[in-house]
Amino acid sequence: MTKPAIAISKEVNQPPTKPKGLIYWGNRRSRTLAIALLCFVIFSTLLLGAQLVGTEGLEIALQNRNQPPSLARPFGTDWLGRDMFARTLHGLSLSLWVGLLTAICSAVIGLVLGTLSATMNSKVDAAITWLIDVFLSLPHLVLIILIAFAVGGGVPGLLISVSVTHWMGLARLLRAEVLQIKNSDYVQLSYKLGHSSLWIARHHLLPHLIPQFIVGLVLLFPHVILHEAGLTFLGLGLPPEIPAIGVILREAMRYLSAGYWWLGVLPGVALLMAVKLFDILGASLRLLLDPKTSQE
Amino acid sequence: MKHIWRFLLQKFLHFLLLLVALSVISFVLVSLSPVNPVDAYIGADVMRVGAEQRELIAQRWGLDQPMTTRFFLWLGQVVQGNLGTSMTYNQTVSQVIAERFEASLALMGLAWLFSGAFGVLLGIVAGTEEGSLLDRVIRTYAYTLASAPAFWIALLLLIIFSVTLQVTPICCATPPGTLAVDVTLWQKLHHLLLPALTLSVIGVANIALHTREKLIEILHSNYALFAYAQGETTTGVVLHHGLRNVALPAITLQFASLGELFGGSVLIEKVFNYPGLGDATVQAALRSDVPLLLGIVFFSATFVFIGNTLADLSYQIIDPRIRFGKST
Repeated sequence: MTKPAIAISKEVNQPPTKPKGLIYWGNRRSRTLAIALLCFVIFSTLLLGAQLVGTEGLEIALQNRNQPPSLARPFGTDWLGRDMFARTLHGLSLSLWVGLLTAICSAVIGLVLGTLSATMNSKVDAAITWLIDVFLSLPHLVLIILIAFAVGGGVPGLLISVSVTHWMGLARLLRAEVLQIKNSDYVQLSYKLGHSSLWIARHHLLPHLIPQFIVGLVLLFPHVILHEAGLTFLGLGLPPEIPAIGVILREAMRYLSAGYWWLGVLPGVALLMAVKLFDILGASLRLLLDPKTSQE
Repeated sequence: MKHIWRFLLQKFLHFLLLLVALSVISFVLVSLSPVNPVDAYIGADVMRVGAEQRELIAQRWGLDQPMTTRFFLWLGQVVQGNLGTSMTYNQTVSQVIAERFEASLALMGLAWLFSGAFGVLLGIVAGTEEGSLLDRVIRTYAYTLASAPAFWIALLLLIIFSVTLQVTPICCATPPGTLAVDVTLWQKLHHLLLPALTLSVIGVANIALHTREKLIEILHSNYALFAYAQGETTTGVVLHHGLRNVALPAITLQFASLGELFGGSVLIEKVFNYPGLGDATVQAALRSDVPLLLGIVFFSATFVFIGNTLADLSYQIIDPRIRFGKST
């Protein structure tokens, strides 16, 4: 993911025209690059967060029950005295791992089906387009529930159901992209010059597809994480003994009327911020990698 | 008129094909499930049911037959309109769906109207004041909402309005302990308000952002410039040139978002403990109530399909450029 970013940063060195007055923050590209790097660093920290923090705070400590947020315990404690901050961190870390796994699976399915549908004969194309339509014909959540049920629920149910229901958008996008490149003049010329299709795929198709694929992968993240949390929240995903965000929010529901607002609010804020992070990361990457905006 | 019928017929054929595909896929999926249907049916009475009785149940259900035979037996019943019996609710599946959908329809309908009106309004305000503080606030709001988990927003609103302010009830569709006949319309609305508001909050973001984009495009167009030159005010341009153009993407989006609305209602009904179709979906999956789950799959597919078809139709009606028969 960092390779194209480094290649781009070399070109930034040309002296840009400095705006007067305000503190100089670099031009838009270096700013976007900085944002993307920052998101990436936060993401890696969160992924390893559970390992860094250890299991401290996860054990039951009944003398610290139901404490509201304080400086020592920024997220408060739950009805068993467990530190909510530690639980949230573990939950986020788990969500991100699940998200990483399922998003990669989905994106790969999207890539394979999208390119197959654009390069194979028209029958395969029709079949894949139709398959996409069938998958889109159900409400997304109902489809996820159906597949999770069919697999038998639990962790495999969650992973499989989320993986196989998020590839449609990316497949459509990549199909359109490949079709457009395939029919463009320079590829036609390349054929006439006697290059093999494999050569063309490597030199003309891949450079266009990889950035699209990476951006699509990053933008899949928010959806995947939210659906994972939603499914777990409904009780059909991760089992209740794992500190996942969905489990935490599900438990918080029972203590709502008791006035323990921090149980539900703060882990939700953390989830929202993680999701937002990926939105920003995806948008920045798109700005950097899209040939139309990368020159600004 | 002839074109509309041809369009509808075409859509209908597509729909039939889709239903056939769905029935095959969902039947295979459900058959592959490791959940044993007999165990799921017996539930808590495991100790009291012997092996012979299990065999009898399996025989009664045709579980001893191969999958293809079972599929056609099942399909034959479905085509006759018999979706089976839901063991969770001890009613026929069509009865459960009809009852539950009635509750959900009120919720989703209200949320649908709210989100449409609210989204278009926010979009128009943001679009006319492009670049202003108000525009930025609305955009931030929409972007944040777009990435917020629906059930968490529901929790948040519950904490604010039901627990802290105590202006709305905390659960259910009717006050607990009252008979269904005694519930007044006002009580129903009172219980409906917060879930519907939450559900609409989710749909607002998309429509507000699209409306804003479209309105900005219109306000920067040459015909808007010409209208300004003739002495038209900004309000006038928005009213006379903006609204109709903005309505097109808004209405299309609204109809196309029915699937999302359905998915949102599953989560929201869980939080508010609202006895709608979404709640039934979760119960069906949790309790391995296969007939109900399949019934809901068909029903939601129909629901989404109707939404998409209406979106296509509304396009033809509102936009004079793409009316039937004018295209190639």
